[in-house]
Amino acid sequence: MADYSQFNPAWGDRAPVIIGFLCNWCSYRAADLAGTSRFGYPATLRDIRIMCTGRLDPTFVVKALREGADGVLVMGCHPGQCHYEEGNYKAMRRIALLQRTLAQLGVHPDRVQLAWASAAQGGIFTETVKEMTEKVARLGPMQWRDNLEETAPHQEEGVPL
Amino acid sequence: MSAKPKLAVYWASSCGGCEIAILAIHEKILDVAAAFDLVFWPCVLDFKKADVAAMADGEIDVTLFNGAIRTEENAEMAHLLRKKSKVLVAYGSCAMEGCIPGLANFADRKHMMQYIYHDAPTVDNPEGVEPQPQTTVPEGTLTLPAYWDTVKTLDQVVPVDYYLPGCPPEAKWTQAAVEAIMSGQLPPPGSVIGMDVTVCDECPREREEKKIKRFYRPQEIIPDPNKCLLDQGLLCMGIATRAGCGALCPSVNMGCRGCYGPNVDVVDGGARMISAIGSVIDAKTPEEIDAVLDTLPDPAGYFYRFGLAHSMLRRTALVRENGDRRAQPLEEVPHLDPKLKT
Repeated sequence: MADYSQFNPAWGDRAPVIIGFLCNWCSYRAADLAGTSRFGYPATLRDIRIMCTGRLDPTFVVKALREGADGVLVMGCHPGQCHYEEGNYKAMRRIALLQRTLAQLGVHPDRVQLAWASAAQGGIFTETVKEMTEKVARLGPMQWRDNLEETAPHQEEGVPL
Repeated sequence: MSAKPKLAVYWASSCGGCEIAILAIHEKILDVAAAFDLVFWPCVLDFKKADVAAMADGEIDVTLFNGAIRTEENAEMAHLLRKKSKVLVAYGSCAMEGCIPGLANFADRKHMMQYIYHDAPTVDNPEGVEPQPQTTVPEGTLTLPAYWDTVKTLDQVVPVDYYLPGCPPEAKWTQAAVEAIMSGQLPPPGSVIGMDVTVCDECPREREEKKIKRFYRPQEIIPDPNKCLLDQGLLCMGIATRAGCGALCPSVNMGCRGCYGPNVDVVDGGARMISAIGSVIDAKTPEEIDAVLDTLPDPAGYFYRFGLAHSMLRRTALVRENGDRRAQPLEEVPHLDPKLKT
């Protein structure tokens, strides 16, 4: 496994965890293509297939961060090529607003990114994962639960989720 | 004493508005006084904590608990009242989702103390005195409840049976809750006493599903009184807020502020708002989108005004510095309106 402590000593022997929300019609297939083409990329991405980036409720992103992800990568079709016409434009606006909102909560905008890759762009997919991994690695681990632990001894009880 | 059911009302970290909201049920309050034996209500009656502690567990039939949990004392009273009550109701936005006190979760204890006791322009504190959890005086040791970094909601401290949203709750819902309790016709535990639709469903304004090119602050335009405020570029939380207030704010040309909390089944009200706002902005390139969003200062403060403490992330990130924790300072946060940094 790569040594991420060279980017930020706080990693120790841990690796970043990035949750990927990939569009069924393009980026998920780009990931498949990267696999069948045997392109190498960091084993930091945990990908989840969604039907369209327009389906991505910002709650998914916030939940991933809260549950321990160090970053979230959302990938969809290039602008103008959405299978549902408008979905990726909605994602563009939502992620931009989400980044600004999260910045006020101390989450660096590099931790939540939006990128495009068509079904034929396995190379762009792997490059995006590499770049994102490096950015997140520089920022260090997030470990959101640490923010709540000391002052929230009873937090496990009765929290609807 | 009679066998009347026992009622307690308590305030934790709150403004006192909920106490007034209880009285807003007007003459129905006489029915409440007739039907219940009021055993504890610090705002109104002279019973003390010791009187509650002396009760048997579960002796109080209903406790209406308003206020958020931000000190050790608030938590202690929450635990005590939970133990002594059969039914514990989180009354009002503070107890339910943190409300305005929960905005303290944008900061941290150390820096709040610094501002309140040293830096605020109206403070005169030449000796730099700060309240301490313990102070030794010749007569012995005095204690104050410890103040937390993070404001919590009632259900993050003890299990809660029912929720009454609103800042403050509208009288008709207080009345509905009281009537339900008095008749024994209680909804399933964990229910929110209110409506399942959004403020838009109660709002008389006409919605055209327009796309908006920019946002306006309330002082910048005079809105059309019959058209949807959001369509006119005024940020309104109605689309992601639980109904029950009768759309009071939109009725008087003010965008909904979201005090009734997120709509049913929504976990994070702010994320829901981001989703909704993303659909109405009329922009298709990153530059256009940034230009529109630049007219929307302080999105987190707006979207999480009432629900920060109960949101998914609950507070700003705390960074460790010389063993102390501190909130991410605003000046290090990118994308923030420069006006807010000063």
